[in-house]
Amino acid sequence: MNQDIVISAKKLISGYKDKIVWEDASFEVKSGEFIVLLGPNGAGKTTLFKLILGLIKPLGGEIEVFGKVPSKGNSLISYFPQKRLIDNDFRLNCIEYVKLVLSGDKLGFSFGKKAKEEEKAAIKALKMVDGLKFANKPLSQLSGGEQQKIFLAQALVQDPKILLLDEPLANLDLKREVELIELIKSVSKKNNITVILIAHDINPLLPVIDRIIYIANKQVASGLPSEIITSKKLTELYGSNVEVLKSKSGRLAVLGMEGGVNHEH
Amino acid sequence: MNIELLASFSFNIISDLKEMFLYQFMRNAFEAGTIIAIVAGLVGYFVVLRRLSFAGHALSHIGFAGAAGAALLNFNPLAGLISFTISGGFFMALLGKKAVSRDVQIGIVLAFMLGLGVLFINLYKGYATEAYSLLFGQILGISFASVKITFWVSLFIIVLLAIYFRQLLFTTLDEEVAEAKGVSLLKLNLIMMFLIAIAVSIAVQIVGVLLIFSLLITPPAIAQRLTNSPVKGMFLASIIGLLATWLGLFIGYYSPYPVSFFITSIVFVLYLLVRIYQKYF
Repeated sequence: MNQDIVISAKKLISGYKDKIVWEDASFEVKSGEFIVLLGPNGAGKTTLFKLILGLIKPLGGEIEVFGKVPSKGNSLISYFPQKRLIDNDFRLNCIEYVKLVLSGDKLGFSFGKKAKEEEKAAIKALKMVDGLKFANKPLSQLSGGEQQKIFLAQALVQDPKILLLDEPLANLDLKREVELIELIKSVSKKNNITVILIAHDINPLLPVIDRIIYIANKQVASGLPSEIITSKKLTELYGSNVEVLKSKSGRLAVLGMEGGVNHEH
Repeated sequence: MNIELLASFSFNIISDLKEMFLYQFMRNAFEAGTIIAIVAGLVGYFVVLRRLSFAGHALSHIGFAGAAGAALLNFNPLAGLISFTISGGFFMALLGKKAVSRDVQIGIVLAFMLGLGVLFINLYKGYATEAYSLLFGQILGISFASVKITFWVSLFIIVLLAIYFRQLLFTTLDEEVAEAKGVSLLKLNLIMMFLIAIAVSIAVQIVGVLLIFSLLITPPAIAQRLTNSPVKGMFLASIIGLLATWLGLFIGYYSPYPVSFFITSIVFVLYLLVRIYQKYF
């Protein structure tokens, strides 16, 4: 695996006007890493994504993505937002939805070769998530888990090197959660995509993550799962009692994390 | 619009149409109606998609105050209408997406503007028909000069819509991803409100302030139920609006009742039929 540094933050401060959300963040993200971003609600996890995307400027410090100050519209970074409003009355075919990421920022219409290329890329992305069968179905008629797959295809269609996923597991049942995580893992590994994923329930992610970045008490830090996933650390991080249990087979289970349903593995 | 001597329907469509088009006002009405129905369908598609119906309705009322005010000051009512709807639209866009969905606040401004319009009409002491035609449309009273203005304004809207079509669709369906791709949400909101403001202004000529939805909302709402493709949907919305307008004018020519009533009724019945069909068949 290529271990180049794709994101680096030095003494980064984030916030709005006079209000600091978090500060003194220094960390690096290597190419191909699978990182989970933890932290209580309102800690500033999405804010970190916005900094990486170049949508907001830091209050202080430095952040570089691919060695440059982040700027809007970088097609090497794909963003998978937390909440999407899917209008049940509106029926847009999944393939059109996926294509929007390629062409939605352009003026006018695509014709001929260009239109064919977009079509091809969208089909390829849908295949990657095993969603080709939904290509000509309206997005609003799919189930929650199926929709998440289409959103993932949409994030993959521009061939990104960094995937920022904001709570992709929300509202999925355990089976769908595990399926989606495995899908994200295999696609990112195959294409050497760096993944940063925001989640509240760490349990289903434990088998796949390389590293954890966490935000708590206005501080950002990172570490290996074995360093972070301890009762002491997580209790400190969330400010409420969190227990980490180890099963006979050596698998971990985290109990008491905010919003998380406790699953046995 | 009362026509003193009602024309009689002969069941020979060709000769009926020939006779109808002998009148300049009928030619103007068909020309303006055709252009406006097309534009209202295209722009209305995004109004429905963006859930801006109420904002669009409010804009027409704001325009009413503008038109009445312009009439009072001896300016062209259409100019007053357009300038008020555009300013109102920009104001809503600048307040942001959340402002547009604030029903209560929009309702309050809407009522105030309508009240202002009533005052202006009262002060105007001109023809009551002026107010009546603003509120309920006056398609048979459209002058050829108005048809020409309508044509050029509509062409401008269509070009603008073609240029920004994909960005409008992207920001409508997937705002956050669009923003991450570098599309300016504010710019697109301004463009959207501008398009609605102009479309509302020209559509008021046909169906009036109070019946604006019949061309701006109902045809796109029908179209969105019938196709999964935005481009097809926009064209279908235009075609539905067009057929309703033509049919409305045709029936209106032979009857003593207002054309706008027929247009609104036709699209309403069509909407009902589509819903019933989709539910039971």
